[in-house]
Amino acid sequence: MTFSKQTLKKLALVLLACTFSGASLAADNAGFVFVSPIGDAGWTYQHNLGRLQVEAETDFTTSYVENVAEGADAERVIREMAKRGDKVIFATSFGYMNYMLKVSRDFPKTAFVHVTGYKLGKNMGLVNARFYEGRYLTGVIAGEMTKSNILGYVAAFPIPEVLQGINAFIKGARSVNPNAELRVIWVNSWYDPGKERQAALTLISQGADVVTHHTDSTAVVQAAEDEGVYAFGYHSDMSKYGPHAHLTATTHHWGDYYVKTVREVESGTWAPTSVWGGYARGMIKLAPLNDAIPAELQARIHDMEKKLAARELHPFAGPVVDQAGKVLVPAGKKMTDEELNKMNYYLEGVTSKIPN
Amino acid sequence: METSILSSILFATVIAGTPLIIVALGQLIAEKSGVLNLGAEGMMAMGAIAGFAVTLHSGNPWLGVLAGMLAGAAMSFLFAVVVLTLMGNQVASGLALSILGVGLSAFIGKPYESEILPSVGALRIPLLADLPVIGNALFNQQALVYFSWALFAGIVWFLYRSRPGLVLRAVGESPSSAHSIGFPVIRIRYLATIFGGAMAGIGGSFLSVFYTPLWVEGMVSGRGWIAIALVVFATWRPFRVLVGAYLFGGVMVAQLFVQGSNLDIIIPSQFLSALPYLATIVVLVIISRDQNTVRLNAPVSLGQPYRPEA
Repeated sequence: MTFSKQTLKKLALVLLACTFSGASLAADNAGFVFVSPIGDAGWTYQHNLGRLQVEAETDFTTSYVENVAEGADAERVIREMAKRGDKVIFATSFGYMNYMLKVSRDFPKTAFVHVTGYKLGKNMGLVNARFYEGRYLTGVIAGEMTKSNILGYVAAFPIPEVLQGINAFIKGARSVNPNAELRVIWVNSWYDPGKERQAALTLISQGADVVTHHTDSTAVVQAAEDEGVYAFGYHSDMSKYGPHAHLTATTHHWGDYYVKTVREVESGTWAPTSVWGGYARGMIKLAPLNDAIPAELQARIHDMEKKLAARELHPFAGPVVDQAGKVLVPAGKKMTDEELNKMNYYLEGVTSKIPN
Repeated sequence: METSILSSILFATVIAGTPLIIVALGQLIAEKSGVLNLGAEGMMAMGAIAGFAVTLHSGNPWLGVLAGMLAGAAMSFLFAVVVLTLMGNQVASGLALSILGVGLSAFIGKPYESEILPSVGALRIPLLADLPVIGNALFNQQALVYFSWALFAGIVWFLYRSRPGLVLRAVGESPSSAHSIGFPVIRIRYLATIFGGAMAGIGGSFLSVFYTPLWVEGMVSGRGWIAIALVVFATWRPFRVLVGAYLFGGVMVAQLFVQGSNLDIIIPSQFLSALPYLATIVVLVIISRDQNTVRLNAPVSLGQPYRPEA
């Protein structure tokens, strides 16, 4: 395939025109960098809901680029947004961190916000959510709903965030059902519906009657629906992918935080902070509970939600015991954020072996 | 090991291997004619979205498979025009086709991301399905599984027992000789390439209509590339393609079972995930280690453009 010089010139002109029209935005703009397509459910979908909330509730306009690879492409996209004068830029994936930090140094007047990660900059803030709070609640439901006492978990990569979810899930389950055990399968991919489904079917064939996942597709919920067992969604409400199977989902809500940040940028009061919010900030919620969950349990869950919001309930309150039976946190104490961020082990009740 | 576990591993293996077999056998035919089409990933993606969309609107999964087949064929036709008529570079054009298909399918698929299909039930073969262990795994399967076996048998017969198959191989070995004894080299290559595309399309629709009945961008997840690699490592022999595809599927499924079971062995899951690739390559390299047979089976003119003299 060859392009004539003429075509190339035209193409360049069009591109140039696009760049200029971008630079002459009338209102202040907030830029969003998404790691995957927005789609209809999932991590990026929830961030896009937050973006739409900014659009609706503030005077800022927004723009986004989806499906940006975690690499040099990310730096290019972030730099482009800063160059055209976006007042605040949100990057929503762990792998953007170093690139955003690099760009933020070149644009000291722009506000940069990175979702997940650990490097705070002079003009780069961090935000993350306590996903494990929702996981704990789903664990409680799983512990009550299971008949086989075997739970299944399809997970992507053994990083602290994923392990927090797994451990919160089994801790929740065993808080109501000491016989519950959890089996974990790692698929080593955030996104491969075929493999995710296969892993779910494997767990179900090994006796799991409640399954959940920490990957990005809806395949696990669908597999559970097909096999007639229960499942929890993640990121988004996935009930339409498994109306009978889907008990509830741990859902993420970034909108309030985004709106707050944009307003602070607007009024000039923004300063980079590191926020790790959960129920208390409204960043984590459960999707509507399935009718299959008994009313008594539903009431208990709603009660626990209130306690999480009031910070009276901590999923990793002691005693926290690991697989080998070692007490990590004694009764009466809570695991610190620092400890949570270094989690690299399974708690008791997980019968699989940690893969590293 | 309990027989029920063995049976479910076997069942899952057959399912996982089926799209690879269909796509790889299609590619094998195209490559036997001397055309290397690296666009399988893109053609599968197009087959997946076409199959999904048509199944959703018509409610008939078979119309979906047909649509997937046509979409794959259309993509490969485009490729054939570029490399056979316009003499474009096959490697570069194939890569472009792959990128085009993945991107275009994402674009077309936007409105379908929220849709779901009902799961299609299995087609049970009476009597055979009652056999112990293998019965359920082999004969209570999706209809496309049986299709993949029929395709295998058909291709073996075609390549090694039929005259047109001989012609096809001749075209792949030496297009100029085939041309000089009067065979329409370009037309045969067109047909073989389009057949390869049609099979890639069916493989793609198997993923979106039967395997995981949903459409999401990027759902092919590299299976097109695995199929292409399988053909090479199987040294262009249909039976080895079959072995390789099931081996790949089997090791993938088995490693999931190992992880889920409470076996007291600690193997890094990253290694387990790489195992299917490793095992397939090692086994196929070992069974294909005889250099003479490799040379005998590899189409000599693979990837080379051919312009018949007037």
